[in-house]
Amino acid sequence: MRYSLFLVLFLTSPLSWGQGGELVKLDKLQQLIQAEKEQIQVINFWATWCAPCIKELPLFEKLTADRKDVRVILVSMDMDLDPDADKVRKFVTRKKIQSQVLILNERNPNQWIEKLDKNWSGALPATLVVNNKTGKRKFVEKELHEGDLEKLIASVQ
Amino acid sequence: MKQLILSCLAVIVLLSSAPVKDGYEVGDTVADFKLKNVDGKTVSLADWKDAKGFIVVFDCNTCPVSRKYNERIISLNKMYASQGFPLIAINPNSPEVSEGDSYDEMVKYAKKKGYTFPYLYDASQKVVSEFGATNTPHVFVLNKVGNELKVAYIGAIDDSARDASAADNKYVEAAVNALLAGKAVSITKTKAIGCGVKWKNS
Repeated sequence: MRYSLFLVLFLTSPLSWGQGGELVKLDKLQQLIQAEKEQIQVINFWATWCAPCIKELPLFEKLTADRKDVRVILVSMDMDLDPDADKVRKFVTRKKIQSQVLILNERNPNQWIEKLDKNWSGALPATLVVNNKTGKRKFVEKELHEGDLEKLIASVQ
Repeated sequence: MKQLILSCLAVIVLLSSAPVKDGYEVGDTVADFKLKNVDGKTVSLADWKDAKGFIVVFDCNTCPVSRKYNERIISLNKMYASQGFPLIAINPNSPEVSEGDSYDEMVKYAKKKGYTFPYLYDASQKVVSEFGATNTPHVFVLNKVGNELKVAYIGAIDDSARDASAADNKYVEAAVNALLAGKAVSITKTKAIGCGVKWKNS
């Protein structure tokens, strides 16, 4: 019974699966990151206008396809520059992105950039790797290349 | 011994592979620099004998956030150059990584946008490293104290990239206005979403 209830919740929660493109507030995003107890989370901060972000997207897509112990969340920062969330959703559909996509719906970035990571300047792309089981986290503010994500994941295990 | 050498090497590799993160903090004294402007001439901060300070903006041709702020940067110079705080734009991006930020493209861009302020080419990325700018646009307001230039503000132009008219906090204006009035700058450091500096070989 408990199991089936869990299953129902799991399947109906828009934040626990699928590509989505849901708008989220910062507190919701933080709760989501804290709540994941099983998988290592790879959270990429990106935007459709950010060329190096688009370039590194296949690395995250590969993780989603290959690593069942890793959960990738692509958090779009597009709203900061343009409030058209559908533009992001269309991009996600067009690129056939399989990883979960969330769109951060906040203004005034000075108030929340450091809440995501105190080392973040706000520059894109940036990636946060969190393992709630070990309590380890790693944050990088640069474009990633082949093999970088695997190293980051290994460092929080 | 071999292990010690190996671990020393590892530390060196770690230190040298990361982009330089350290830079100026608020209150630090800024070293002058010499950089080539889009008019072909070399520019130093010392060239402005009567300046009370500067609005230094790390900016580029290619970043959509920079483009969104373009008009705001032009008007900052219009507002403050005559009051003793000229704006100096510096492009920190490596053209090897970002083709659209080559010197030739900068010359074209400045012409097209009608820049009335210097737009400098930081080819070696030495100046951006010294300042510790991380993204574009990234502003450093400098205040002349005696013969020295002190950092008075580091960060964003305002709190609303998407729409200038919706900004509740115009950080750079507030900082320069405070300095002009001989008052302390109240918000000295802010952050904004921007394009990461395109570092060479990164």
